[in-house]
Amino acid sequence: MLRLANIARRVDSHNALQDISLELKRGELNILLGPTLSGKTSLMRVMAGLDRPDSGELTFDGESVIGVPVQRRELAMVYQQFINYPSLSVYENIASPLRVAGLDKQEIETRVAQAAQLLKLEPYLNRKPANLSGGQQQRVALARALVKRASLVLLDEPLANLDYKLREELRAELPMLFAELGAVLVYATTEPSEALVLGGKTACLNRGRVEQFGPTLDLYRDPDTLMAARLFSDPPLNSLALSRGNGGLRFAGAEQALPAAVTAELVNALPADEVESTLTLAVRGHHLRLGSDVAHASEPSTRESLIEIRGTVDVTEITGSESFVHFTFMGQPWVALLDGIHALPGGAAITLYARPHDCFLFNTQTGKRVRKLSGGE
Amino acid sequence: MKVQNNKAWLMVLPMLLLVAVSAIIPLMTVVNYSVQDTFGNNEFFWVGTEWFHEVLASERFHNALQRTLLFSALILAIEIPLGIAIALAMPRRGIAVSFCLVLMALPLLIPWNVVGTIWQVFGRVDIGLLGHGLASLGIDYNYTQNTFDAWVTLIIMDVWHWTSLVVLLCYSGLVSIPEVYYQAARIDGASRWAIFRFIQLPKIKRVLLIAVLLRFMDSFMIYTEPFVVTGGGPGNSTTFLSIDLVQMAVGQFDLGPAAAMSLIYFLIILLLSWVFYTVMTSLDNDAASEQGRH
Repeated sequence: MLRLANIARRVDSHNALQDISLELKRGELNILLGPTLSGKTSLMRVMAGLDRPDSGELTFDGESVIGVPVQRRELAMVYQQFINYPSLSVYENIASPLRVAGLDKQEIETRVAQAAQLLKLEPYLNRKPANLSGGQQQRVALARALVKRASLVLLDEPLANLDYKLREELRAELPMLFAELGAVLVYATTEPSEALVLGGKTACLNRGRVEQFGPTLDLYRDPDTLMAARLFSDPPLNSLALSRGNGGLRFAGAEQALPAAVTAELVNALPADEVESTLTLAVRGHHLRLGSDVAHASEPSTRESLIEIRGTVDVTEITGSESFVHFTFMGQPWVALLDGIHALPGGAAITLYARPHDCFLFNTQTGKRVRKLSGGE
Repeated sequence: MKVQNNKAWLMVLPMLLLVAVSAIIPLMTVVNYSVQDTFGNNEFFWVGTEWFHEVLASERFHNALQRTLLFSALILAIEIPLGIAIALAMPRRGIAVSFCLVLMALPLLIPWNVVGTIWQVFGRVDIGLLGHGLASLGIDYNYTQNTFDAWVTLIIMDVWHWTSLVVLLCYSGLVSIPEVYYQAARIDGASRWAIFRFIQLPKIKRVLLIAVLLRFMDSFMIYTEPFVVTGGGPGNSTTFLSIDLVQMAVGQFDLGPAAAMSLIYFLIILLLSWVFYTVMTSLDNDAASEQGRH
């Protein structure tokens, strides 16, 4: 188990990492999710022992590993760039960490053959990395990490430079490849969808802080903070501040209050100490629906239980099975993810509905979740 | 049906003219001289390959060729490793980078004859800082009388003048290696030598080939510096092919043998450059067969 306690590190007088505490277990896939410069690589470098944290503790299986040179750690790392020794054959590339470790010839051959088989590299063992496709080059790098049988495997956006098809293929294989090692596996990514597909546990990183850490699906369904919800939403999370008045909730700046039933449902779910807080409502794009898609939409009782959102379409992106409708609501850019093709022209009016229990409420000041309803994924 | 369009020739005409005037016509003039003899009056007699036989058989040519080969070998043996070493030691970021680069570029900006003059004065026993300094330390140094001293002076001078070129070329190759490569190598537990051999060297191989070719051709054709510093002496000890050639053509006005010699000289450079190129480009494949030795 890799344990990080209150790890902090400053780089060029800004905080690259602040107060990071995580417990990463062997045999589990741990995902670091966050945008560029959120500290994923910095954190991995600290985990690897390439950088020394300014403060905090780092222990592996109970022993402190701070100050232990990288060479003496049982560690393997794969990067976004395809890093292989250019002058060595694929076989030699995979064998290189084993040769450094001084294993005997027989053992090296067995392990390389095994890794080559797992990563489908057998036909290319005599080639140079430069003569392989990008996907195959990354497979070589992964094989190098695999043969080492390291107890800590760090994968820093390993699929980011691959094209879509290869990425999907390799992503499906990755968790299985390293599962048998019983190693602590850490995987950094910028894409929420990648984290969801991989499963395991996820730590949401933002500006060098861990926003939330837990099983990936729980984190997605039940984010603790507005930031964690934002980081884990693609298309971007829609949010707008709410204001109170005349006993009801309304979107800040809106003339009309939310329907009484909606207000009641939202307020009832507030914990006692948050009843007076300023709130922000957030909803993911795929929870917004057109009136025609809502069952019994024509019945007033149904309408009364839904949040109505009237906006103006900016642009629509159609992927085929889905349409991303970008629109402006109360001056804010929102996006709805609708099933099927909806070729809405720019400037058109759009009315969408959201169910209250699909929405998240956050305390505007603290950014913390103020309601613990399950999101209904 | 075949379509003929002779206008296309107009496109290549300027280039053909340029190459003809700058290379082919002068070369053919030399070829012309090399197969004829003249006794003045613009009268020429066909002698065939006689001059080539004469030059190839002469001891004077053999000696000059040996000196030139030795000089080039020493230059490459010193400047290439030294250049790589300096490039490896140079800083990769910060203000020190520009400082080092300017420092490195300075010798390259000085014209050949000025470099020669600088070292000629620098090494003089009576007034030169180096020569006088060595003499006052009791070291017998005199490049005008001592063959070994003359060679040492010329080699140090060339190393001082041209190692920078190798440094700059190698440095440009080294800075293009992303930081993660070194990081990955550290994690692999690779030694300093392994990092150089398997990451840095393959990455600078191409620029290194250019450096070796440039330094070989340049040192093999060296003329100005020995001409200024030693004048080919003491005796004939620093008379390289180029100096010998000029003495023959301009000094003795033996145009026929001189022309034959320049053609042989040219072919030797061409041949050796080709050998260097072939050997170095095939190094890549050798590395693969070398597996298991690191």
